[in-house]
Amino acid sequence: MARLHEYQGKAALKERGIEVPRSGVARSPADARRIAEELGGPVVVKIQAWTTGRASMGGVKMADSPEEAKAHAEAMLGMKVGNFPVTELLVEEKLDIARELFVSMTIDDAARRPMMLLSLEGGTGIEERAEAVHRLAVHVREGIDPAALRGAIEDSTIEPTLRDAVIGAIEKIVETAREIEARSLEVNPLVITGDGRVMAADCRVTVDDYAVFRHPELGIEIARELDHPPTALERIAYRVEEADHRGTFYFAQLPHDPDDPKLVGFHGAGGGGSMMSMDALTNAGFTIANFTDTSGNPSSAKVYAAARIILSQPGLVGYFGSGSGVASQEQFWSAYGLAKAFNEVNLSIPAVIRLGGNSEDRAVEILNDACRPLPAVVEGYKKDDTPAFCAERFKTLVEQAGARIEGTTRAVPGFVGSPGALSAKIDRGTLWIDLEHCDADTTAFVVEHSFGLLKDENGKPTVAVSEDELAGKDSELIACEVECLRAGRPVVFVDIPIEGLD
Amino acid sequence: MAIIIDETKRVLIQGITGREGRARAELMLGYGTNVVAGVTPRKGGQEVLGVPVFDTVAEAQEKAGPIDISVVLVPARFVEGAATEAIEAGVKTLLLVPDRVPVWDAMRIADTAEKHGSVFIGPNTLGVLSPDRAVIGMMGGRAESAKKWFKRGNVGVISRSGGMSSSTAYYLGRAGIGISTIVHVGGDSVLGLRIPDVALMFEDDPETEAIVIFGEIGGSMEEDLADLMKAGRVTKPVVAYIGGKAAKEGTRFSHAGAIIEGNRGTHAGKVKALTEAGATVVDGFGDLPEAAKAVLGD
Repeated sequence: MARLHEYQGKAALKERGIEVPRSGVARSPADARRIAEELGGPVVVKIQAWTTGRASMGGVKMADSPEEAKAHAEAMLGMKVGNFPVTELLVEEKLDIARELFVSMTIDDAARRPMMLLSLEGGTGIEERAEAVHRLAVHVREGIDPAALRGAIEDSTIEPTLRDAVIGAIEKIVETAREIEARSLEVNPLVITGDGRVMAADCRVTVDDYAVFRHPELGIEIARELDHPPTALERIAYRVEEADHRGTFYFAQLPHDPDDPKLVGFHGAGGGGSMMSMDALTNAGFTIANFTDTSGNPSSAKVYAAARIILSQPGLVGYFGSGSGVASQEQFWSAYGLAKAFNEVNLSIPAVIRLGGNSEDRAVEILNDACRPLPAVVEGYKKDDTPAFCAERFKTLVEQAGARIEGTTRAVPGFVGSPGALSAKIDRGTLWIDLEHCDADTTAFVVEHSFGLLKDENGKPTVAVSEDELAGKDSELIACEVECLRAGRPVVFVDIPIEGLD
Repeated sequence: MAIIIDETKRVLIQGITGREGRARAELMLGYGTNVVAGVTPRKGGQEVLGVPVFDTVAEAQEKAGPIDISVVLVPARFVEGAATEAIEAGVKTLLLVPDRVPVWDAMRIADTAEKHGSVFIGPNTLGVLSPDRAVIGMMGGRAESAKKWFKRGNVGVISRSGGMSSSTAYYLGRAGIGISTIVHVGGDSVLGLRIPDVALMFEDDPETEAIVIFGEIGGSMEEDLADLMKAGRVTKPVVAYIGGKAAKEGTRFSHAGAIIEGNRGTHAGKVKALTEAGATVVDGFGDLPEAAKAVLGD
């Protein structure tokens, strides 16, 4: 889930009328000193990191002077939390805290509605003190039940004069969660200050990935939970995914050492089948460089881009593709995408692809045949071949090959860009046909394998449909390109450059 | 019998004129599902594969007769609107196929459904299939494949993964074990019918003798099923595989529901809960058919 930093969450709360401490975001020690000066008086410096227990790792420190704030900032900006380097600090006025409460809104899967955990004692270690926590149902439209909330507050030792303010703040927290479509929003603590104000002193927010498109104001770059900052390749992959919504495409790199002699690129199809296939690869002794999923009837172009991105990782000794094995989607579209990618990079490490499901015979034939001239062994398998069997076969091939790649780049045929070639714009790229090498036979072949998109005009192929129609037919054109390759007539090239790779 | 869907159920497809709607209509009709109407706003009066199209669900009910199940095949951001329309028109069972439906939309659909006494399957589901009878959604992809892959029998399959629901049923069939109904509950975290709800339906189905589960890390559906077994509310034998053993906390593997948060939803926790409740939990996916055979006493 897309996570917000504390300062981003507080901004969302403040916008909806919840009081938060005066503060500023520092990205350098000098920033921290300046903000502390502006705030005046003692401040708290806090690392902005997605973790619990920041205080115990030295990520939360009090400073009595701007100089001290600057010194803390110097130490904190060198910290690393998990795989994330600390790049931002929140410098905040120090509060005079009289009482701490814990407020957390999450989604109750079983009840299919939001739920609030409320502890009127609050503070750290709340997870261990379950008995002190109220669980209040939250209605998805109407919010928290006012009577239940008031009941909980009335039963507490919160001063009567402050109760309305506490109730108001909690109701606004729920409203914030609903408006930004949070999967969880925790304010720990919600504090009552010595002078009787109710304020959010900290907060943790995760926003629903699928709702991020409705919230450009949150500035979430990649709506995907990762345990590391997005890598360059993950950013590239995310742009591909955003530009083409036909089917699913996920790409996440797993922590690995590029020198690991068992490092493989993984290309799954479907969440469950991918997990099971990764388990099979792990059981066969491999290290998985990345998780990738293309499923839900993806375009050939999307499968192609996924394969290219996977193969640009240095250190791979093999490429393993496997999903559920009994796919409802027509698998030959995926086979075309893979065959194009493997040919463009002249694949030199073994690939085993489990293409079971609809049209598996055709899919395996396309893949095996189109990849036969490559230096590497590429083998397609079907639904009766189990993941464990495929993983074992893959292991044998990897051992036999003893190959390793330092990432790959694509080769573009010479006729691309030449004035004698036919070129036509398609979505995200260009179709090129080498007219010079189109004799009567080749022209007939190209037209026959063009799904009616091309026609024979004076012995050369030409576009037979409108620009608009052609533009969305990248999968069919990729199929045509691969069929031409298989026939030894490499006159078609679908140029779909990947931003950041090509 | 079977659960949720059979050849007698009268099915509506919302979004039938779209690319997905048309493709899935072909599968459903070809497999024997009684698709009686389609709905696409402003496309009323057309026909898709011989199925009449109406502007609204209410109009479809009025002109084509009562609807038992609506299959929603509209883009994710329109699912809430389409589902609400069907529920308010009185449809009691819905299948929400699309992926990427926002979770607050799903919770509002759940609220509306509860108020009207309707249930839904999904979102993010491949569908439900009762072999040799009918299918809703896209399970099997093509009718001729679905007919070949899935064999009728007495094991109920419940899966959190779309692809693996087909796969599980296919491998069971290959081992000579037939299926009463295959249900893909959906890959999201907030779902209409959850694994325990579907298990209770199988418990009441006289044709089902055992239940096979393809579970996953994350959430609490497997643990909730274990509680029902312990309470004696699910007494039929349960065989389960839980995917995601190799997954780490905090990284999600495609399914929104498949994320481990803190100590909740771990592989080990699910295996333990189900085993203690008397289920057979297999370590390898390939071991499912043998384990199913064993509980069936074959």
